[in-house]
Formats: sequence, C-alpha cells, structure tokens
Amino acid sequence: MTDQTLASPDTATALSTPPAKAGQSRHLTGWLLATPLVLILAAFLVLPILMIGVVSFWGTTEFSIYPAFQLDNYAFLFGSDVTYRVFFNTVKYAVITWIFTLLIGFTVAYFLAFHVRSLNWQIALFLLCTIPFWTSNIIRMISWIPFLGRNGLANSTLMSWGVIDAPLEWLLFSDFSVILAFVHLYTLFMVVPIFNTMMRIDRSLLEAAADAGATGWQTLWHVIVPLTKPGIMIGSIFVITLVMGDFITVRFMSGSQSANVGRLISNDIALLQYPSASATAVILLITVLMVIGILLRFVDILKEL
Amino acid sequence: MTTISKVRYSRRSILKSGAAAVGAATLPAPMVWGQETKNITLRQFGTGVSNLNDVAQKVKEDLGFTLEMTALDSDSVTQRAATQPDSFDIADIEYWICKKVWPTGNLQAMDTSRILNYDKIVGIFRTGKLNPTSSIAQGTAPHTVGFVEGPGSTTFVDEESGWMTLIPTIYNADTLGIRPDLIDRPISNWSELLNPEFAGKASILDISSIGIMDMAMVCESMGEITYADKGNMTREEIDKTIGIFTEAKRNGQFRAFWKTFDESVNLMASGEVVIQSMWSPAITAVKSRGIPCLYQPLEEGYRSWGGGIGLSKNLSGMELDAAYDYINWYLAGWVGGYLMRQGYYSAVPETSKAFMTQNEWGYWFEGKEATDVITSPTGDTLAQAGEVRDGGSFEERMGAVACWNAVMDENQYMVRKWNEFVAA
Repeated sequence: MTDQTLASPDTATALSTPPAKAGQSRHLTGWLLATPLVLILAAFLVLPILMIGVVSFWGTTEFSIYPAFQLDNYAFLFGSDVTYRVFFNTVKYAVITWIFTLLIGFTVAYFLAFHVRSLNWQIALFLLCTIPFWTSNIIRMISWIPFLGRNGLANSTLMSWGVIDAPLEWLLFSDFSVILAFVHLYTLFMVVPIFNTMMRIDRSLLEAAADAGATGWQTLWHVIVPLTKPGIMIGSIFVITLVMGDFITVRFMSGSQSANVGRLISNDIALLQYPSASATAVILLITVLMVIGILLRFVDILKEL
Repeated sequence: MTTISKVRYSRRSILKSGAAAVGAATLPAPMVWGQETKNITLRQFGTGVSNLNDVAQKVKEDLGFTLEMTALDSDSVTQRAATQPDSFDIADIEYWICKKVWPTGNLQAMDTSRILNYDKIVGIFRTGKLNPTSSIAQGTAPHTVGFVEGPGSTTFVDEESGWMTLIPTIYNADTLGIRPDLIDRPISNWSELLNPEFAGKASILDISSIGIMDMAMVCESMGEITYADKGNMTREEIDKTIGIFTEAKRNGQFRAFWKTFDESVNLMASGEVVIQSMWSPAITAVKSRGIPCLYQPLEEGYRSWGGGIGLSKNLSGMELDAAYDYINWYLAGWVGGYLMRQGYYSAVPETSKAFMTQNEWGYWFEGKEATDVITSPTGDTLAQAGEVRDGGSFEERMGAVACWNAVMDENQYMVRKWNEFVAA
C-alpha cells in the first residue's frame, strides 16, 4: 500500500512531466515567433507614443524644448474655449462623414454583393470602385477646388441652367466642401469591409427569410444588417480614425477657415511648440480610443471574424 | 536646461575641422583650391523666393562648385535653422528668422572685410537708414540683427562691427494686392481689408509672424489701436488685434487663408478673393495669366521684409572659402539683376544695373515708364510699354516702409493666440 501510495505520485509526475515540457517548449516557440513583431511594435509604436506622452509635460522656449514635469500645456489646452470648439468640430466632421460613408458604402456593397450575380462582374465592378485610388489622396482632394469655386464648374453649370442667379459661396471653403472631400476620400474604406462580410453571408439564409414571408426590407434589416455588423464596425473604425486624425483635408477644403484637432497639432508643430502639440495629440488619442472602445461594445469583432 | 539644438552629434564638424587644419597647414591661399572646388557641394535652404535653380546653375558655371537648393516655407525654415544645423551649409533666411535662430549658435558671423562690395550695400542693412535723413521703421529692422560683437558671438550690436550675421540678398516692400477689375473704386488704406464691402472676398496669410504685422497695419489704419511698436506688441495689443480679426472672421470676412505663394496666386486669379495680403511676385504671377492685379500702394506705408544668407557654424576651410566666394558672387550683380527683374531689390543695386537693360532699370528701380515690353527672367511678359511700376521708384517704395517683419518678445503668446484665431 505504502509502496503504491508512494509510487502513484511518482507515476503521476512521470506521466505529467512530458506534456508539461512539450507545453513549455510550445510556449517558448510561441514567444519566439511573436518576438520580432513585439519588438517592432514596441520600437515603432509603443515607444513613440510613450515619448509623445512624456514630451507633453515638457516646457518650451522660443526654439527649444526642455525636459520638465509641468502641466502648463494641458492647462492651456483645457483653459481655452477654442479647444472645446475644435474638438466639437472634429467630432462633428467624423459623425457626419461616418453617416454619409456608411449609407453610400453600404448601398454600394449591397449592390455588388446581392444584385450583381456573376463573380466576374463583382470583381470587375469592385476594381472599378478602386480606380480613383490609383491617384494620390491630395490630388483627388484638391481637384475639388476648381470644381467648386466661385467661378468653378459647379457654379457656372448651375447658373447656365438657371437654377441659381449668383454663385453659391458655400460650395467651397466651407464645412460642406470639407465633408464632401472626406466622403469622397473615405467611402471606399467603408465599401471594402462591408462587401467582404456580405460576401460571406450564407445565401440560404436569404432564401429562408423569403420562404418565411419576409419582405425585402425585413430581410435587409433583420438578416443582412446584423450579419454585416462586423464589416460595418471595421469600416466605421477606419473612417472615424481617418477623419479624426486628418489635418490636410480640413486645411485645403476649408481654406484654413475651419479647424480640427489635427490642424491644431500641425500648427503647433510648424511653430516648434512640440510639447503643446504632444499634449493635444495625447488628448486626441484618448478621445479616439474612447470612441473605438464604444464601437467595440456593440460588436465583438474577434468573435465575428 | 537642455535644448534640442544641443542634442546632435558632430562627426561632420570634427571631420571638417580636421581636414581644414591639414589644409591650412599646407595650402594657405584660398584660391589655390582650383581643381578641388569642383568637388565641393554647398547645401543651401530657404524660402522659395530666392532659392532658384537658375542661381544654382549659374553658380556651377561661374564658380565651379555645386549648390544644392531646398525650398521650404518660413516656418519650416526657422525650424530647420534652429534644430538641424547639420542639414545645411548656407541658410537663406529672413531677418526676423535670424533674430530667432541666431541665439542657438547654429550660424557663424561673417568677416565684412572679406565681402568685396560691403561698402556698396544699401544703408538699410548697415545703418538702418535708406538715406542719412530717413527715419527707422518699426519691427525687426535688418540692421538691428545684422551685426554681432565678433566671431562666435550671439549678441547683436547696433553699429557696424565688422561681423555680419546675414549678407542681405533680397528684400521688398509688401502691401495689399487687389483685383482692380472687381473693385471699381480706389483703395488707399490698409483698413479696406476688413471693409464689409469685401465680406467673403478677403484673405490674409496664415504665417503668424507676418500675418500679425498685416493685422497691425489694418488695425492701426482703422484707428482701433495705436501701437508703440507694431513689431513688438504687448499682450493687450496682441489680444485686441487678434480679437478684431477673430470677429471679422466669424462674420465671414475671409474667403480663405493662404500659407503658400501658389495658394495666394490661385485665390486671386480665380476671383475667390479680390483683396488680400500678397507678395510682389504673386502679383506678377497673376498678371502673367492675363488677369489684372494691382500691388496697391497704401497711405500708411509698406510692411517690408528682407532676407539674407547666413553661414552654418559647421563651415570651415575650403567650404567656408567657397561660401565667401559665393557671397561675393551673389553681390556682384548677376543674381541682383535676376531678382530685380522680378520686382525684388538687391542688396547692391548698382552692381545689378550692369545686368539689366536701361528700360528694365528705369521701370523696376527708378519708377519710370517702361519704354518697351518688360519681361521676367523666365520670359513672361510683365508690363507693356508706357506702364509704371505700382508704388514707383526704389526710394518711394523703400522710403515708405512703416514696419519690418518682426519677431516679438511676446512671440510665444502671439503664436498661441494666432493658433486660436485660425481655429476660431
């Protein structure tokens, strides 16, 4: 008995040791495999962000910055009503752009996925959507300027049709032109992920819905939209982060008349106010992370993928 | 307190001074380098106005060495001069930038005895006076930051000390540009920029240090503010100035702000804007498209600016000699003629005269009627026979300078306020 009782832990250990070793080495390989990426991300993502965080507490003189721990930059940022207006503006651009890109993106993706029957046509039309993206982002944006200008194509056409008597001033250098450019630039970022998830919807579900007597709208709302949610979320994250981080579109399309947070940062950098720019960047980062956090509440992307 | 400018490694300067020491021991005379100057490359950077490829080409022809040009906007130029001293050999900067950058010690003073045409440089850059009788304008007048105590010094002095910070290369008097075809009445005051008549059709430049001066000219012209020195405002003056413009902005006075030369040209040429702060060659560019555009002289006078060439403190030995050669060549007339035919002024106008026709000299410098077509160095027609330059002669224009582009003691405060104005 004693022998047995003594022996059993031994056998247990003897039995359990090999899997434990295998587990350890599997662990090790896993870590080793992950190391390069971890190092790259640490060096090029985590460190710079930490650095921004650190610099945001530094002080600044005319053309130099010096290490310190002071809250001046944040105090100035939160003390100025311009900051709140600019953040509000940034969120406004993001929300309006999101609504338009979502509506357009969803419609385009829906058409491609469910109305175009042949796979070849689907691919061809999808590639067609990407053609404008062969040119530079900035060129696509700037080409709106002569089009929308006071004496531009849009105004002269409308006037020759007799729709308007005087040129529409708000077409260019306004919130309208900024949002127009954003929607134009970023709709594809909505189309791609939504199209992708739609293509993976089992068609028999739609047939089942039809058999059960659902109307087209009911199928859309109760079957397709829920199943497309991950795509919508990914697209939304793209669009919202791109719009919130943008500065050049706002500068050009508003003729420097409007500002978003990105412009605030770029102005600061141009004027060598790195600590103040860092402080603004930190707050922007926190805002964007919060928005994404809220979005992820709605859908568990990892589970749905 | 650590400054960014100090955080850099100086391998380049060590190598260079080593080479210079060896060179100085064996070959003392600068002209002996001859063959080797071909291998020298000087890296110059500055604002687009004077960073011309034609100049680099001509340098290669006349002097033999290579000049690499980088054009940047004023903010980037300041940033680079202050924080990346190893990235350039020659800085082509404005005088107000000099005031900001010089204290970093990234530039070295020049020995005026090595500048051949030094005595012929216009008085503005030496004594501050165009003529012995003229008064000194407000702002960062070039002569106040033109000289330092000696080599290696970072303290400006008021008199001609023999050690010059920048060799003046190019300067001009700025005013408002207007579209005479779209404004059918005479404009004669800066205050017109904020006249509600031009609501939605005005623009101002979005470069804080220059924009604030234009704003000051406008506010003073409106009778709202009287400045002790527009180039060095108090916080209250800054608040009030920016306040007036912020209100105008919210009321839709401005169509757009511009930051680059091209933007200002496009705004004006497309008719988006009919009155705005503008630079002389931008007017020329609008005109060369066949669109009428006027550089309107105003009662209150001009806002003037000047640029010059400064040497990186890392320059030594052969490169330093080449840089002095370059400066002497710059003042010898060819570049001056080239720049003056675009409407700028050169530091030594009399040497430029030899590189201009009688007609060109009369039109650009003396304010006379053109006797023949005036063309730019690149061949565009700028004026027809019988036309007169806006603002008249050199003395009339440079003699009516109300203030110089400046950097103020309260600059950081101003910059923050400016940022708020842009975001407002």
